Amino acid sequence: MIEIKDLHKSYQMGSNSLHVLKGINFNVKEGELVAIMGSSGSGKSTLLNILGMLDEADTGSYFLDNIPIKDLNEKIAARYRNKFLGFIFQSFNLINYKNALDNVAMPLYYQGIKRKERTDKALHYLEKVGLADWATHLPNELSGGQKQRVAIARALASEPKVLLADEPTGALDTKTSYEVMELIQGINDEGKTILIVTHEEDIAHMSKRIVNLKDGLIIDDGIVEQVRANSYV
Amino acid sequence: MFNRDRWNEIIEALTANWFRTLLTAFGVFWGIFILVILLAAGKGLENGVKRGFGDIATNTMFMWTQVASKPYKGLPKGRRYNFKIGDVSSIREKVPGLRYISPRNQLGGFGGTNNVIRGLNAGAFNVYGDYPEIINQDPITITSGRFINYGDIDNNRKVAVIGEGVKKELFKFGEEPIGEYIKIQGVSFMVIGTYMKKSNNGDREQGQKEIFVPFTSFSQAFNRADNVGWMAITAEDDNSITNLKKSIIDVVKTNHTIHPEDNRAVGNFDLYEEFSKINGLFIALRGVAYFVGTLVLLSGIIGISNIMLIVVKERTKEIGIRRALGASPWSVRGQILLESIFLTIISGMTGIAVSTGVIFLVNKLLEGMPASDETMFANPSVDLTVVFVALLILISSGLLAGLIPAQVAIRTKPIDALRAD
Repeated sequence: MIEIKDLHKSYQMGSNSLHVLKGINFNVKEGELVAIMGSSGSGKSTLLNILGMLDEADTGSYFLDNIPIKDLNEKIAARYRNKFLGFIFQSFNLINYKNALDNVAMPLYYQGIKRKERTDKALHYLEKVGLADWATHLPNELSGGQKQRVAIARALASEPKVLLADEPTGALDTKTSYEVMELIQGINDEGKTILIVTHEEDIAHMSKRIVNLKDGLIIDDGIVEQVRANSYV
Repeated sequence: MFNRDRWNEIIEALTANWFRTLLTAFGVFWGIFILVILLAAGKGLENGVKRGFGDIATNTMFMWTQVASKPYKGLPKGRRYNFKIGDVSSIREKVPGLRYISPRNQLGGFGGTNNVIRGLNAGAFNVYGDYPEIINQDPITITSGRFINYGDIDNNRKVAVIGEGVKKELFKFGEEPIGEYIKIQGVSFMVIGTYMKKSNNGDREQGQKEIFVPFTSFSQAFNRADNVGWMAITAEDDNSITNLKKSIIDVVKTNHTIHPEDNRAVGNFDLYEEFSKINGLFIALRGVAYFVGTLVLLSGIIGISNIMLIVVKERTKEIGIRRALGASPWSVRGQILLESIFLTIISGMTGIAVSTGVIFLVNKLLEGMPASDETMFANPSVDLTVVFVALLILISSGLLAGLIPAQVAIRTKPIDALRAD
């Protein structure tokens, strides 16, 4: 599903150049649940941003579902993001003047789907994350866990090939974190490819594979025994 | 553009901060309000001044004889001469593009003694010997009977059309003047019509105290032979009399052996030139109105642009989220542009509506006042063209106001926008 070869990225910080990614080689097959770990500054968020087409690599190749991702202009990048990717952010990033249903329906709006169909689909995914009763609530009327579930529903709504989660549990307490992870595991069980960036060991071990990043290089990449989130509850 | 969701978003974004939206809208409202009011006031002044011209044909010149000021071909200076009836036909022959040439002879005048008698009543009136065309050049309203026609001219009929003022002095109240006779310098003329004069250059009263008789019978009755005292010449609508004036005067000069460079021999008054001057004044006035109005509007537009910039700044994160979810740059840009155009048009239209309301009230007020000749202001109005021009200015300025903010919204990378707090 994802093939990355020799990816480099550096940032210009004033007169200094900061080499963040120093040659990443990395493949993800369909249906995998991968955790990308690393301390802060290890380049894990940068990697995720490049994977998510929010940022572009300096050199190296990136194929998503056999489509080369390079030299994108903003218009095509926007279309690819909409079609191929679902984002889950640490700070949820819901639009706060829109209710849960409208938030979930947003990627569908940009796909040009008609209003009726959009609402039906959005409601379906809200049901899937167990928030159908909260459809008309604004984000600030929801708890952190609920917000993240709305965000997950939104990421799923466009039926993307890959879900990218950037510290999805970073702003949540342990119990809620596990609930969210349980949901993510459930989605993965249905065959969706998911990448999670985290620095929490317990969250990482709920994936099927852990990639360890340090100073812009992969130092460790291995299959792990998946811990089911519901076993904690 | 006609997408319900898009409009929902626009309304949502604009109503998020009511007070700010209102204040912003006021700038444009005020600009367009001033523009329309200024234009309408200019138009009112123009209407008021042009009312002074009445219905008089403005593409007209008047011409009379003066004293030759240069000797020519053995003839001395200081010589008097008269236009002849033959001049009319030779002007018509040699100068194309003229509509009416009306020769006129005149009796009486300002401060004259009594020259018209009927029974025991007498009065001093202007008596004109005219051709029927004069009614098209200096219009009068026939209130009863008829005006002079070519039958009267050809048959030298001694008939007269008298003003309402003449009627008041010579006839008893309620008496029917038509068919009655009046004596003009001892010669009897039958009254065939009465008139009211429309044009009132401050001589409304005087204008009603005139008597029109056929040119031919006038010449005969008062021994004018083939002399012509005065001519009113109107050009066709697509020619200006100002351009034809020189060739007309040249014809007269040739006919009467006057030095070609004698500028004083032929007295004339070019109404069109005066009219053009006044017209030019109003065009300039309109220009000033547009200039001032547009500048005021501009400051309103800058206000909108400013507020849109703030809105974009506030929504940086939201825009980042939208772009992460697949909003194309154009959809973001379009959103900002539409918001700005929408705001401009709504506030601008309110401005137009309120200003036309004010104009309506002023018109009502003016109607209530008695129309006097001194009021140099009548019927202030804007035509639909102005409204369309204003609308065009609004749409383009809305676009302009949104352009920079929209560009700013796009410039930030989605990743940076997402990081913003």
